[in-house]
Formats: sequence, C-alpha cells, structure tokens
Amino acid sequence: MNAFLSQNVPLSWYLLLSAVLFSLGVVGFLIKRNLITVFMSIELMLNAVNLSFVTFAHQWHAVKGQIFVFFVMMVAAAEAAVGLAIIIAVFRARATLAVDRIDLMKL
Amino acid sequence: MNGPLHLWLIPLLPFAGFLINGVLGRRLPKWLVTTVALLAPLAAFAVVLYAAAGVYIFTHIQCAPGCPACGPCPIFHPYVETFGHWLNIGPLHIDFSFALDQLSLVMLLIVTGVGFLIHIYSVGYMHDEDGYARYFSYLNLFLFFMTVLVLAGNALVMFVGWEGVGLASYLLIGFYFKKNSAADAGKKAFIVNRIGDFGFLIGMFLLLANFGTLTFTEIATKLGQDPGWNGGVVTVIALCLLLGATGKSAQLPLYIWLPDAMEGPTPVSALIHAATMVTAGVYMIARTHVLFDHSPFALGVVAVVGAATALFAATMALVQNDIKRVLAYSTISQLGYMFLGCGVAAYSAGIFHLVTHAFFKALLFLAAGSVIHAIGGEQDLRKMGGLWKTLPVTFAVTTAGVLAIAGIFPFAGFFSKDAILYAAYVQGTSGRILWFVGLVTALLTSFYMFRLWYLAFLGKSRGENEHHHATPWSMLVPIVILGLLSICGGWIGIERFAAFLAPSIGARTAEAGSPSLELILSIAAVGVALLGWFVAYLFYKQGSERPAKLAADFPGGYKLLANKYYVDEFYGAALVQPLLLTSRYILGGFVDKGVLGGAAWLLGGTAKFSGALLQQWQSGNLRSYAAWLAAGAAAVLLFVVVPWPAVLASLTAFHFGVAGH
Repeated sequence: MNAFLSQNVPLSWYLLLSAVLFSLGVVGFLIKRNLITVFMSIELMLNAVNLSFVTFAHQWHAVKGQIFVFFVMMVAAAEAAVGLAIIIAVFRARATLAVDRIDLMKL
Repeated sequence: MNGPLHLWLIPLLPFAGFLINGVLGRRLPKWLVTTVALLAPLAAFAVVLYAAAGVYIFTHIQCAPGCPACGPCPIFHPYVETFGHWLNIGPLHIDFSFALDQLSLVMLLIVTGVGFLIHIYSVGYMHDEDGYARYFSYLNLFLFFMTVLVLAGNALVMFVGWEGVGLASYLLIGFYFKKNSAADAGKKAFIVNRIGDFGFLIGMFLLLANFGTLTFTEIATKLGQDPGWNGGVVTVIALCLLLGATGKSAQLPLYIWLPDAMEGPTPVSALIHAATMVTAGVYMIARTHVLFDHSPFALGVVAVVGAATALFAATMALVQNDIKRVLAYSTISQLGYMFLGCGVAAYSAGIFHLVTHAFFKALLFLAAGSVIHAIGGEQDLRKMGGLWKTLPVTFAVTTAGVLAIAGIFPFAGFFSKDAILYAAYVQGTSGRILWFVGLVTALLTSFYMFRLWYLAFLGKSRGENEHHHATPWSMLVPIVILGLLSICGGWIGIERFAAFLAPSIGARTAEAGSPSLELILSIAAVGVALLGWFVAYLFYKQGSERPAKLAADFPGGYKLLANKYYVDEFYGAALVQPLLLTSRYILGGFVDKGVLGGAAWLLGGTAKFSGALLQQWQSGNLRSYAAWLAAGAAAVLLFVVVPWPAVLASLTAFHFGVAGH
C-alpha cells in the first residue's frame, strides 16, 4: 500500500490536487448550463473532499477518515440515483436541461 | 336567618332564559320560546317572594328584643350573599356580592312582578313580529341585568347591572333595526347614557380613593363613624353619582334620549323606559343616600334638577301628538318628581312614587300599545278618537291610569305625589318654591293626560282606518292587573311604606308639618289636578278649535314647545357638530391622514424601497445563488484561515517602516 501512496510525495501535493479538483467543481457548477454537467461538477467536489479525507487518514494513521470516505461515497451513490431521476423527470416535463430556464420558483 | 335565600337564582333564571332563547330560539317552536320566556321571570318572581318572606321574618327576629314598639330598627344589616372575591389588589377588596334589604326587595318585586306582566303582554303584542325569540331573549337579558343592579351589594356590581341594562335598552330600542330611526335612537340612548356612566365611574373612583371600599354598608358605617365627612369630597362624589343618575333616569340635562327611545316596541317602552330601568337613577340615589345626607348642597342639586325636569318635560308633553311621546315626556316629568322627593331627603316618598309610577305608567304604555295594536300601528293622537266603544277594557284601565297619574284621590298616584309635595313644602322657603313647581307640574300633568284621554278615546273617530283588531287575552290580563294596582297601589299609605323602608334608607326626619297642613296640601294637589282636567275638557271635549286658536295666538310659544325647546338642535350645534367637525377635519384630516397616515406611508415606503433593493438578489437564477454561496464560503474561509493579527501586525510594521525611511 505504502508503495502506491509514496512517502516521497509530500502531503501538500495531495491537498493541492484536492483543492484544484474542488475549485474545478465549483467553477463548473457556476458556469455550466447543462444540468448533467452541473451534477457532474457536484460529484467532482465530493470526490475532491474524499481525496483530502484519505490523505489525512494516511498521514495520521487514523482509520476514521477512510470510513468517512465510504459514507460519502454511499451518500453520493444515493444522491446520484435520486438526482438522475429528477433530471429525467425535469427533462420530460420541460424538454430542456438548461438550468437558467428551470426557474418556476422565481418571484 | 334560617337557611340561605338563594338570591343568585333571581338574576340567573332570566339569564338562562336569555341563553336558551338567544342561542336556540330560532330553531325552537314558538310555544316553547313563549314558555321559556315566561317561566324565567315567573320563577324569578317566585324566588323574590320567597326572599320577601325571609326578610319579613328576619326583621321581626331582629326587632323583637331591642325595640319595644317594633318600630324601625336603628341599624339594619342587609342580608348579604357573597359569591367570592372579584378584585383583590393590594388594599382593594371587592367581592361579588348581592345584598337584600327592604329597598332592594321593593325594587325586585316591581322589576320581576311588573316585568312578568309585561312579558305576558308581549306574547300577544309581538305575536306576528319577526324576531320573536330574539325579542324575548333581550327582554330576559334585561331582567338579568336589572336584578343584578338592584341586588348589588357594592357599587361595582351595581355598575355591571347599570351597564347591562343600558345594553339591553340599546338592543330593544333598536329592535326594528331595519328602520333607520330606530337604530339611531338606540345609538343616541347608548351614547347619552355613556355620559352619565362617566359620572358614575368617576364617583366610584373617588369613593375608592376616599373610603377604600365600594360596599354600600361599609361606606355608610365609615360616614357614620366620622362626623367630619361633610361637604367637600362627599359633595363631589354625590354630584358625580347624580350625573350618572341623570343619564339613566333621563333628567336634565341628559333626558334627550328617552323620547327617541319610543322607537322600540311598546312593551319595551313600558318595561324599560317607564317602569324599571329609568328608575335605576332614583334607586341609586336612595341606595347611596348616606352620601347625599352628608352633603346638603348635592341634595339641593338633586331637588332642583328633579323639579326643573318635572316642569320642563311636562310643558313639552302638552303639545306632542304621538301618543307614546306624550307618555315619554310624562315619564321624564314623573321621574323628576322622584328626584324631587329624594332631593328633599324624603327617599321613601321618592321610592313610593317609583312604585306607583311603575304601576300606572306601565299600564298607560301597555294601554297605548293595545290602542296602537288595535288600529293598525297608528300612533298619532289626531287620527284616533272614539275608541271607548271598540276598546272598552282598554278605555277603562286607561281611565284608571290617567286618574292615577293626574293624582286624583284615591288613585295610586295621589298618595305618592302628595307625599313628595308635602315633603318639599315642609323644607322651608326653598322647599315651598319646589312645592310650587311641583304643583304647577301636577296641573300640566293632569292637563296633558286628560288631553290624551279625550283625543284617543272620546269624541268621534278621526282615523281613516275603521278596521280594528281584537285585543287578545294575553294583552288584556296584564293591563287589567296593572289597572287594579294603579287604583289600589297607593292605599298602603306613605307612613307604612316609609316605616317598612326605614331600616335601609333611614326614617324621615321630624317634620314641622301638621295633619291640617297635610290635608290642605292634599286638597290643593287634587284641586289643581281637577283644574287640569277641566281645562282639558274645555279644550278637547267642547270646542275642538280652541287648541288651534291658542296655538295661533302664541305662535312663538307653540313652536318652542312643539320643537321641544330646540334642545336637540342646541346639543347638535353646541356639542355634536363641533365634535364631528373636529373629528372630520382636525383629527381625521390632519392627525389621521396627515400625521399618522404620513408616518405609515413613510414606514411602508422605506420597507418597499429596501425590499426592491434586496429583491435583486433573489434572481431565481440557480447559478447566481450558487455563486453567492461559494463567495460566502470563500469569505468565511478567508476569515478563518488567514492569520489576521499577524497580517495586520506586518502591515503596520511595513507602514511604520516606510514612515521611518
């Protein structure tokens, strides 16, 4: 295991990668118009967080972080199922997936 | 005292009737409504009779050891039933208590007895009216409040009844609420009464401030203990209470509501606006007589108000053409007599007149009601006439009532009016002026009552409507009973009546009179009554063109009387119009619309403007929300992660470093 997650790679690199992935997710969420892309951006953010969890778990030799990752993955899977279902329902109803046009709640 | 008297039943029975008929009346069959409405006052009357028997025994047990002649007891402790504390604030303790003594017993007998008769009469009178159940529920509500007023052991409980009868009066005056004039008359009665109630309230506050209690017996005890209570604050309290009494009893200057109150159904006029409610002011003065006894000035004011009202109202009654309005002004005038009696400290005479007046005035109103009922709702005396043939029973009892109110021996009114006039006469010079005013009023009373009698019952029929309804039994029986009472009601005599009342309102002080003087005064009173009859005979029996000729000779005087001295117009111009104008332009236009409205607009505008600004945020665009969320998260992160103290320190160091160079 340790060979895969090498000691030579410093902690900050993992964290930096996590931050970059998270930022990409945020930016994607903000600028993309397609609902599916927005959804994928959310997944990206979740996984960026997962990466930092695993990193810290390895660093401090604590298993808690890894357990957390399992929880996040599980919730993400459930969320993906529900989210995709909603997306399909929205598409059927509105024949569009552009987030800007799904604004029925607007005043 | 053996066992409780169950005083609480007396008000509660009519209240139960009010609830049943008020809530369920619409759905109940008519006979059941009638049964409930009649049973309530009848049962209350029965309880009053039971209590009367109790009081009778009670006084005898009290009197036997002390008084050898079994005369009036020096101190009478009324029979009190307390139903728990009402107010218990600091030194202030007010109980919810009922007190029964001779005075309240007499009033209760009148209220429930005459009230029951008028309930019976109403069954016939209101038979075809809409709102039959509503009418009876109001009538029972009135009895509830009136008995509370009469039984009250302290001023606050009395005030509850006082306000309640005002409410019942308002509801019943405006019974035909679809008629504008009836609704207006109800409001007028209520508002004018409020002015009087204001006086009553201030009087109660002053009583609390100075005596620390509102219980009538305690006030009497405190006044008796300290002879220093004279004039001053007692006068002010008494005058405030008098203002309350003038409102309720339609005395100068607050009498204006009573003539308009005739818009209500006629039995209501008989019960509330003749026999019972309007006498509440007299009752209240008799109830608080200790205060008036300690203030000769207030007592004098009562007498002057009473005498002035008696004369003033009698002159207005001379030219009225509406049969009910003649009776209304006559009621005001007779109430003036009662005030006059109280004002010369002859409370028992005032109460005596209250009792006989309740009999004959209720009778006259009910008789007028059966006349109106018989000729199809016509109230104008000029369109009546010759009714003695078609309404023989009504004619007979009205004759008894007219003779009674005119004060002709041996009818009821003679005894009570005579007692008041005699009590006034023996009060010295000022008393003789009051006596003279009373005598002139007696003349006028006799004249206008016989005028009514001639116009309505004798002569030829002047109405176009020749079809007469038959008077049902339910209307005849009460007026016959009241007719008998109007004849015999005074035979008990003022001496026995005063002796009976003495424990609760004090015996009359020794008088300078003599039997011969009493006889002369009685003859004078009967003389003027007969004179009034004779003048009415000349005017309305012999030559019917004489009144018109007299009116033509004195057009100013006639117009003044016909327009009721323009008092309503004067109040309208002096009080109502300024109040309305102030309300409309200063309070309504400036204060309400300008100041308050402006402030409201300012507040609203601010909210609207800031709302419009903040609304920009709520774009409905999902991604803009997300952007704000991200920006917020970034700001929090920036705040948490960046070591601000260190950054600030380095910044200042850099600043000073630059400055140092």
